[in-house]
Amino acid sequence: MTDTAVLAAPVAGGAASRPPARRRPRLRLRLAALGFMAPVVIFLAVFFVYPIIRGFVLSMQDFGPSSFITGDADFVGIDNYVTVVTDPIFGTIAWHTVLFTVVSLAGQFAIGMALALFFTRRFPLSATFRSLILLPWLLPLIVSATAWRWIFDQQFGVLNAAIGSQVGWLTDPAVSLWAVIIANIWLGIPFNMVLLHGGLQGIPESLYEAAALDGASRWRTFWSITWPLLRPVTAVTLLLGLVYTIKVFDVIWILTKGGPANSSHTIATWAYEQSFTDLQFGVGAAAGEILVVVALIFGFIYIRAQRKETFG
Amino acid sequence: MITKTTRLRRGIDLVIAIVACGFLLFPLYWMVNVSLTKPQNLIQTPPSLFPSDPTLDGYVQALSTQLPNLVTSLVISIGCVILTLAIALPAAFAMAKFKVRGTGAVMFVFLLAQMIPGIVLVTALFAIYNALGLLNTYQGLILADATASVPFAVIILRAFMLGIPDELIEAARIDGASNWRAFVSIVIPLSRNSIVTAGLFSFLFAWADFLNANSLTSGNSIVPFTLGLYRYIGSTTTNWNGIMATAVIASIPAAILLIVAQKYVAAGVTAGAVKD
Repeated sequence: MTDTAVLAAPVAGGAASRPPARRRPRLRLRLAALGFMAPVVIFLAVFFVYPIIRGFVLSMQDFGPSSFITGDADFVGIDNYVTVVTDPIFGTIAWHTVLFTVVSLAGQFAIGMALALFFTRRFPLSATFRSLILLPWLLPLIVSATAWRWIFDQQFGVLNAAIGSQVGWLTDPAVSLWAVIIANIWLGIPFNMVLLHGGLQGIPESLYEAAALDGASRWRTFWSITWPLLRPVTAVTLLLGLVYTIKVFDVIWILTKGGPANSSHTIATWAYEQSFTDLQFGVGAAAGEILVVVALIFGFIYIRAQRKETFG
Repeated sequence: MITKTTRLRRGIDLVIAIVACGFLLFPLYWMVNVSLTKPQNLIQTPPSLFPSDPTLDGYVQALSTQLPNLVTSLVISIGCVILTLAIALPAAFAMAKFKVRGTGAVMFVFLLAQMIPGIVLVTALFAIYNALGLLNTYQGLILADATASVPFAVIILRAFMLGIPDELIEAARIDGASNWRAFVSIVIPLSRNSIVTAGLFSFLFAWADFLNANSLTSGNSIVPFTLGLYRYIGSTTTNWNGIMATAVIASIPAAILLIVAQKYVAAGVTAGAVKD
């Protein structure tokens, strides 16, 4: 690779010989670029693009426990999709997914926005506090989830002690979904705060000064200046948050494993259970593909929103 | 000039910040608190807000049972950092400094990579690994973990390398240096900070991985600490100080990252949302 990467700059002597000499460097440049790009292209092809295709094929195969050993899996067309959609639990789980996503997003966004607004104020140690709040985002999820497991404990948990109740946060089917939503909101606050804080920095100070001169209240200033000018960033934050939230797996799996009695399953955890607990990989893959389609739809809306933000 | 009211206002803001931070970081405080509490004191109600009778037994327990798992995670994470940088550095250089036609396509694949649910990818990887014999191997886990860190690293490194003046590389070329030489002796040293950042984040991604480990390994062949901790939670109802001590020890890399690369952490959170 080193050799093909040589640039022929010094070879190109004399003004007369320049035009033909120029061609070769360009070709060599392209070869060099190819050499530098080769590892990433190969890696992406093998460990990302191919698995996506394999996943799609898998969703149309009868890949069960025996397929591990034999490696054979019959093509079954859309059978797995039919199995997923006609499963009596599917409607409930789809509803959980919507509830989990919408409530998580709303909570993360509201708290993230409040913090972002607060941190535009000037006070000592502001930057330090702001980066401390990022800690939940940096910690391994298993660590935070472990902390929440004990906080939510019915008998000895600090949450029940604080509110003086005996709620079985992780064991009562009526509240388990809310427990994982609470933990997930907490996890998503840093992401929302950072994005929105960045957006707020971009609003010109002079607008606020003008509003202050006109005697506008803080409430009025927020709705007339901050909110409309922040809209592109808001859109990007919410859309990206949605794409991330819809595929959340670890929090739920570690806290409740989707239970008890499927009460906190979302499509993501249910699909995983089909594959890795029930060993029906074809069915699990089909449920996963449904998630892919939803994520891609909002993903493309996100890309468009971001273009708009960039090019006005 | 700072007036009295301004000073008062800043004081109030500081208090609000302390309260908000305390509230948000409470789960992490609680983790530390429990890690220092004796098991018999953990089952009293209401729970004690401070480790009034602290003990390091939890840490002794954590190290005696989870140390091999932490070492396993360390090996996988370091492997992932090396692999990620080896792939991402040349790619970022080419995408920043040659006008490569595929740049747009690669960035698009990166965007896609963020959207595809991890469970979908890992289910497919399972089928592939099963056929290739990569289940229960270090290589398999490192490669799977790198699918998350490579896009991230390329985005961070490329953004930084775009800022390296073309003239520097041109000058090296005129002196007869090959592109490879320019890359190794100019671009890499200049990008040191961003390499550290990308490396730290890659480390953290692999360190935190639970999904790949839980899906692509079985039994006790390879047990990273995430899996060890997960099984620990499931198996015990009394040793929560040991569990929390493990969690505290496992948080150390993240804490180091926050201190060492504070400036870049916010950039890391938003790297997914970068333009292009």
